[in-house]
Order: sequence, then structure tokens, then C-alpha cells
Amino acid sequence: MTNLVILPIIIPLLAGILVAFFPRKLSIVRKIAQAVFIGNLVIAGYLFYYVKQYGTLILETGGWAAPYGIVIVGDMLAVTLVLTTNIIAVACAFYAPKSLSDQQESYYFYTFFFMLITGVSGAFLTGDIFNLFVFFEVLLMASYALIVLGNGKVQLRESIKYLLLNLFSSMLFVTTVAFVYSVVGTVNMAQIALRVQEVDQKGILTTIGILFFFVFATKAAVFPLYYWLPKSYSVPNPVVSALFGALLTKVGIYSIIRVFTLIFTNEPGLTHSLFILLAGLTMLFGVIGALSTNNVQLIIAYNIIPAVGFMLMGIGIFTEESLSGTIYYLVHDMVIKGVLFLLIGAIVYVAGTSDLRKMNGLIHQYPLLGWLFFLASLVLAGIPPFSGFIGKLLLMRGALSQEEIIIVITGLLSSLLILFSMMRIFIGAFWGEKDSNSSAEHKSTRAFAWPVAGLLTLSVTLGVGAEWFYPTIQSIAQYLMSPEIYIDSVLKE
Amino acid sequence: MEIIMSVLAGLLFATGIYNLLQKQLLRIAIGTALISHGAHLFILTMGGLKQGAPPILVEGIKDYTDPLPQALILTSIVISFGVTSFLLVLAYRAAEENGTDNMEQMRGNEHD
Repeated sequence: MTNLVILPIIIPLLAGILVAFFPRKLSIVRKIAQAVFIGNLVIAGYLFYYVKQYGTLILETGGWAAPYGIVIVGDMLAVTLVLTTNIIAVACAFYAPKSLSDQQESYYFYTFFFMLITGVSGAFLTGDIFNLFVFFEVLLMASYALIVLGNGKVQLRESIKYLLLNLFSSMLFVTTVAFVYSVVGTVNMAQIALRVQEVDQKGILTTIGILFFFVFATKAAVFPLYYWLPKSYSVPNPVVSALFGALLTKVGIYSIIRVFTLIFTNEPGLTHSLFILLAGLTMLFGVIGALSTNNVQLIIAYNIIPAVGFMLMGIGIFTEESLSGTIYYLVHDMVIKGVLFLLIGAIVYVAGTSDLRKMNGLIHQYPLLGWLFFLASLVLAGIPPFSGFIGKLLLMRGALSQEEIIIVITGLLSSLLILFSMMRIFIGAFWGEKDSNSSAEHKSTRAFAWPVAGLLTLSVTLGVGAEWFYPTIQSIAQYLMSPEIYIDSVLKE
Repeated sequence: MEIIMSVLAGLLFATGIYNLLQKQLLRIAIGTALISHGAHLFILTMGGLKQGAPPILVEGIKDYTDPLPQALILTSIVISFGVTSFLLVLAYRAAEENGTDNMEQMRGNEHD
């Protein structure tokens, strides 16, 4: 039964290898991809149910006991994120045939897509810090190929910057692992956590903690290290942007959550107050960026950054309530960023431009698209019945209980500005008179609408059915606040 | 010995970062290679450079060097090989398409 936990990694891996054999037979490859992702979603759903029912699943690969072999740890946090990842993957698999040209699809798009999901699921499920590095590389290699798919001039230029930045931070990750290994003599996360507690997190270990934060913050786009994100996320195909926006930065956030709730928990005065400061700056600068441009894809890409700030703020405050806010916001944000990038892809497709100033009156021709976008904006900004609200409410209450007033004000202000940046798109692109001369022909958006509507329904359910989700999220937060449960269950003491 | 190796890794990092900050694409690629050399050397150093036989089980030998960092380095080397070869091809294509290998000139404004 414990083998169940590795299936979300193995299935996309094997499927990716399988579809690499006949890349030109698109109709078959599409069917395979959609079927495999739905199957994978069912398995992830069952995994979620199983872990919720019977507790953490731990797979010791090759039968080697915990500190010596690699362990795959399916705890509640990991399986929740794997489930969310697979939901987004299904939506993107149905969206991709419409969004990509046949030629782009036939250049191994689905193989890279499968590898990306393999890497993301692996990064969520692993219990070994070097294995985490390897899964990071798996997902990054797939993302390098996806970002440059289509071979445009701008894509080539931006993907070089993306690749260089990630190569540098990966090398820093390796260096940090070397530091950890020399201090505690192990690369298993549970055993690192145990040893760090034993030696009481001296100066060198806090330094290593900050180094880890630097590495993961680069992946997650936290304030001084977000400069690479907006352009590189706005140049690829919309479906690729959706996968990146929904999954990649969230892997960084997940790693920060994991490392700073499990391993480096003994110096919160230093590390966690740094997080609060950076979270505030991340929110502000991200939202200022979103207001600074008229390119709709760039606006959405900039909107990833304040969301990262919100999640980091929850980790910085480090109470049970704020952590459940972070996890709630993490799941909500993965779904809604997928929705927004897919919607923007459809908008750019029908308008034929990504410049906000050249769009006008799309709502006359595309009412469904318009109202879906309006709803998604409300969800993103955190208007009460929707999911963004509950995450933010929990975060703000957590912050108020610790008397961090400034971060609360910053958070509320940036929420207002996020709403403003989204309404700018809505008003600019959908309102107004219909242009009589330009883009007269009506393009069908039905194939775009279904995956988006499905994801958005889920997102609305997350908010409206909060009562139903909240106990699970709260139990995850309680679990994260007591790392000894993780350590004991992995090391079997 | 560890001190010498650490200084060497530091020098590799310093020259690597200097090259990363250059304008020419090829020098940047060389910079990344130097940095990954530095990182790999650093893993080896931080694993401890004690005297011992190579980590192959032979009867009668008690002292071995630490096998784990060597496995980690091997993994990391292969990964950075893959990324470096991708980077070189990407740099070639980008230079061809944009008509320059100067990073200063690879700043576009068509998105603003």
C-alpha cells in the first residue's frame, strides 16, 4: 500500500517516455495525455483520501531504512499540493491543443509537460534534501524546454536569462547542501531536523537556513529576487505560462514552508522577522509592477509576486492560524493563477494583441469570457464569498494576534491595488464601444472556456465551501507546527 | 588540505561570477561552468578530505573515503552537463536570431 505514494511521480514519467516515441501522431498523443492526467488525478485524489484517513504514507525506496535510503513522504501538505497540481495539469491538458499550434505540439510538448508534472510532484513528495535538488532540476529542465517552445525571438532572449538565473541558484543549492552535509552529516530532512534541534541551531546553521531561503526565494520570486519572473512568464505560450504561474513558484514556497517549519525553527527572531519584512516589500513591489504596464500578460505575471508575499507573510508570523492561512492561500493561488493565465491566453487570442490600449469592447462579442474574467478577478482580489478572502482573512488575523500592524496594512493595501490592476484589464479590454473596423470576425472560444470554467468552479467552491475544507487545512497547520511528528514518522522512533 | 580546497573553490566562484557579469554570451556560459566546478569541489571538500581507500569494498581495509559526497557530485555533474549543453545551444540560437551575442543589446521593448 505504501507504493501508492510514488505513483504520482512514476505515472507522468512513464507516460512522458511513452509519448516521446510518436510525437507526430498528435491525435493519439493528445488522447493519451488527457487520459493519463485524468487517471493521475484520480490516483492523487485517492492518495489524498488515504492519507487523510490513515495518516502519513512513507515509502522507503529500495527497502533501505530512513536516514540511509531516499524516503518518499506523503504527508497531508504534500498530497494536498499533488492533488492541486494534477487538477491544474488536467485543465492545461485540455486547453493545450487549442492554444498551441500543431507544430509546437509535435515538438515533444507533451513529453516536457509530463516531465514538468513529474518534477513538481517529486519535489512535493520527497523527504531528502538532495533528492529535492534533483527534482528541482527535473522540473527546471522541462521548464527550459517549454519556455523556449515556439522559438520566437523574444522567447529565446528571455529564456537565456531564465536559464542562467536558475542555473546559478541551482549551483547555490548544491553548495548549501554541501554546507548542511558538513555540519550535520546527513541529507535526509527528518534527520537534519533532528540534529539541528540537538545542536540548538548555532550561528552556522542559521546562516545555512538563510542560504536555503535565498535559493528557494529565487525560485519563488521573493522581493529582491523576483526580477526574472515577469518577462520570462509572459513570453511563452499561455498554457505554458499557466503551468509555470500555477506550479513553479509554488514549489519554491512549499520548500520554504518545509525547511522553515521542519528544520530551522529555533531562531524565529532572526529568520522569521526577515520573512515578514521581505513579504511586505514583495507585495508592494509586485503590485506596483502590475500597475506599471499595459501588457495584459505582464500584468498577470506581476500578480504572481504579491501572492508570494502573502504566503511568505504567513510563514514569517508562524502561528497555527497564519500557517493555515498560508496553506489555504497556496492552494487557492495555484488554482486561480492557472485560471488567469488561461483566460488571458484566450483574451490575447481573440483580441489578437496583448496591448491593453488596443483592446476594446470585447464583452459584446465574448460575454462568457468577460464574466469569467470578472469572477476570476474577484476571486484573486479576495472579495468575501470567494477563496482569496478566507486565506487573507486567516493571514490578517494571524498577523493581528502577533501585533504586526504594518504588514496587515501593507497586505490590505496591496489587495486593493491587485483589484485595481485586474479591473484595469476588465474595463480596458471588455468595456467600451465595439471597434467596427478591427478584429471584426468572431473567433470561437468554446474550447478555451471549458477548462477555465472547470478550474474557476473549483476555485469558487474552495471559497464557498470553506467550512468543508478548513478542518483539513487547520490539521495541516497543526501538523506543521509540531515537526516532531514528521521526524518520528520518518525515522520510526 | 580543506582550507586550500576551500580557497580554490572560492576562487572558482569568484572568477565564475566575474564571468557571469560580462556582456558576451560565451563568457557567461564559461562563468556557469566555473561556478559548477566550484560547487562540485566544495561538496568534495565539505564531505571531509580524510585519508582512506577509494570507496570500493576490499577485504582487510578499514578506512574508506566518504562515498556519499562522491555520489552527490556525480549526480550534480551530469545535471550541469545537461543544462550547460542546453545553454550552449540556446545561446547559439539566440545569438543567431537576435543578431548579437551581447547581453546589453538583448533587451527588448516590444512588451512595454
